[in-house]
Order: sequence, then C-alpha cells, then structure tokens
Amino acid sequence: MGKRDYSLFGADAKQAVESGLTAAEWYHSDLPRKTMKDLMARGDSPAIRDTLLLYGLMIAFAATGTALWPTWWSVPFWLAYGVLYGSASDSRWHECSHGTAFRTPWMNNAVYEIASFMIMRNSATWCWSHARHHSETYIVGRDPEIAVMRPPEMTKLMLNFFGIIDVIRFFPTLIQNALAGPTAAERTFVPQSEWAKVRRVAQVHLAIYAATLVLAVWAGSILPLMVIGLPRIYGAWHHVMTGLLQHGGLADNVIDHRLNSRTVLMNPVSRFIYWNMNYHVEHHMFPMVPYHALPRLHEAIKADLPAPNRSIAGAFREMWPALRRQLTYEDYFVKRDLPATAKPYREDFHQYVPGMTAPKAAE
Amino acid sequence: MPWTDACATGDIDAEDLIRFDRGGATYAIYHGADGKFYATAGLCTHENVHLCDGLVLDFMIECPKHNGQFDYRTGEAKRAPVCVNLKTFPVKVEDNRVLIEVP
Repeated sequence: MGKRDYSLFGADAKQAVESGLTAAEWYHSDLPRKTMKDLMARGDSPAIRDTLLLYGLMIAFAATGTALWPTWWSVPFWLAYGVLYGSASDSRWHECSHGTAFRTPWMNNAVYEIASFMIMRNSATWCWSHARHHSETYIVGRDPEIAVMRPPEMTKLMLNFFGIIDVIRFFPTLIQNALAGPTAAERTFVPQSEWAKVRRVAQVHLAIYAATLVLAVWAGSILPLMVIGLPRIYGAWHHVMTGLLQHGGLADNVIDHRLNSRTVLMNPVSRFIYWNMNYHVEHHMFPMVPYHALPRLHEAIKADLPAPNRSIAGAFREMWPALRRQLTYEDYFVKRDLPATAKPYREDFHQYVPGMTAPKAAE
Repeated sequence: MPWTDACATGDIDAEDLIRFDRGGATYAIYHGADGKFYATAGLCTHENVHLCDGLVLDFMIECPKHNGQFDYRTGEAKRAPVCVNLKTFPVKVEDNRVLIEVP
C-alpha cells in the first residue's frame, strides 16, 4: 500500500468504498443469544454510583484547590481534578454516546452533554463521528477518529498528552460551528437534519467559555479557567495514554477487531477513569454491552481473542516500537498471536478485498 | 398482501425478537413487553445491520452496531444515528402461530 491519505475526501476514502471494504461484514466471536442478552442488559445503578462518585470527587478537588489557591499546596488537587475533567470526561462522553451507560435515556443524555463540553467536542457532531468509527474502524479515509496515522506524527502525539493539538483545533471549529454549522468534512458524516443542532450546541459552549474568560479578566485571576477549560489541557494525559493504546501500532484496513484493537488489563483507578474501555476488542465487537459488563464479556470470549496486554506499561512496550518502525515503513503493524482455541484470522478477508493491498504484518 | 406463517408463539422469548427471511426479504418479529407480537423490516435503516442481534428494551429495538433505537410498534426512529423510520407489518396470532402480512 502506498502513502496513506486520511482525508475523508481523498483517494483512500474513494478506494475503500469502491472496493467494498466499507460494506464488508466484520468478524464476531460466537456467543449464545441468551448469554448476549444477559451481557447487554441495561441498568441505572452502576452508572449512577460511578457518576455520583465522579462529580463528588470533582467538586471536592476543585473546592480544595480553590481554597488553597494560589499556594503550591493546591497543585495535587488541581492535578486530580484535571484528570477527572480532562480524561474521565472522554470515557463518559464515549459510553453515553453509545447510550449504554444508563437504562434511562435522560440520564445518558445529561451526562453525555456535560462530558462533551468538558472534553471539548460538539455533542451533536461527535456521536456521528463515532458511529462512523464503529462502522469502519481504522479504514483509512473513512474513519474520522484515527488517533495514530501512518507515519505517526510523534511531536503531535506528545503535545496531545497536554491536549495542545486538540485544543488548538477545537476553538476555530467551535467558532465555525457556532457561525455556520458543521464544517465541510463534518458534513460527510453528520446528516443535514442535525446541522442546526450542531450550531446551537456550539453557541452554548462558546457562551460558557466566553463567560468564564470574562470572569477571569474581571477577577484578575486564572482561577475560573483552572475550573473550566484549562483542565482539558493539564488533565488530558490519561485519556491520551489509554486512547493511543486502543488501536496504535495495529492493523488498518481490516475487518476483524482482533487485528486492529487492543485489550489491556489495567489498575482499578485507570479503569474507573477509563470506564472499562481497556476491554477494547470486546467493546468494538459488541458495542451494545455496557461498560460494567465488559469484564464478563472478556471472560466469555477470551478464548477467541489474542491474549490481552498485562499492563499499560506492557502495552506501550508493544506499541511504541511499532510506531517508531512505522516512521520509516508505513505498512508495518503488530499482529498478535491467537490462542489455539480461537477461530483463525481470515486472511482471505484481508488479502482479497478487491482493490486493496494487504497490509504487511510483523515477521 | 397474504398472511404468512412466520413462527410459533413459543419461538420468541418475552421481550425478544427473531429474524424471519422470506422471498429474498428479511424481517424482525418481536414478542413485546405487553405480550403482543409485532413485525418490522429486519435491517436497520442506518447501515443495513440485522436487528435480530439487537436488544429489546421495553418497546424499543436497539441496533447491535450503533445503538440506534426504533419503536418496533410504529417503526419510529427514536435515537441517533437512525433517522429513517423502520417499516412495520401487520401481525396476528392464530392457534399459537404468529402470522405476518408481508409482500
């Protein structure tokens, strides 16, 4: 495969459609219907518990940070608040965009809107972007949420641990959305019926940021921005760290999530922040299963999946050398071994899609 | 349109659905939360995914691919990313058989 074109209007996007890759059927592990129904079952209790804990901790950390402001003693509290604001909001945005966090729709919608604001995403745009990510996961030119493109842009990846690139991109888009609705690229996946909503949401977000900025100027202090806005920068590191591991260094242009997604076992604190999205192969294969049931889903299908990475550090040890190799050899990717109990990767799925060239796996 | 014998009433668990194929078309048949039976087109209007692998929540069917929801009694699209309503079909039960009126 030649140089990849990640534009949603580019040559790879056109080729993916023409080759039939975008309409292909993805691999799923077999599970009895009764087991699946049990795993998919919805409830409010787990997410209410976790949401009260999350918002309670955020209020406590922000209040303590404010009380200790501007001494250095406030720093640990801002760092803790920042991770919950700038990283836990990513997983809440994600789960609620699927509608799987709560059984009660208004609870999903409320947490989704709050999380979208904190993570700096237009709630009316990004649910559509994420639908495409699930339809065409890491299909070059089609998936608008490819976090690690090839060759990887290491400087941008590092800057994004502090949210720099995301925030720099966010505000011009926010202003454009507030004035004229979705951008041209966004209009490729947001239906026209939703364009007015994109504009309204952007106007609300813009008004909140403007009010916060005015308050900061009036008070002569950045304290209001420490509560709203800046935590997206100083607390972004955790969601970037876990987000890179979702697909980084793995295959693209395939239709088997075992090849392009990574499950990583993590400590309980990271799993709370990340809301169990460390079970990422399982989530992509069965997006209807709520976050709290993913560990059970993992147990149910692990015999059909590559062994999970045992820790965040272990996953980085696998991914990072692959990204470095992709700097000079774009087609390189990590192909994990399947256990003997698993159905084999269907090489024919990936080698004979008309018009597409098979990616090159690691030796 | 003729009535077609689709399945036995006992073939579908309460608050669940099955897939029924006939004449090159695919349908979804539901055993609703009210004990009644319903029928809709079998594919999601968003991306042609079979709804039979989805989840029945009260009177909603949730698509297994993107979690879009329809009211399976009326076919109304209720939750993004689905925007286009689902076609519904008349259903009746006779002698413990579920009959649907389809082309």
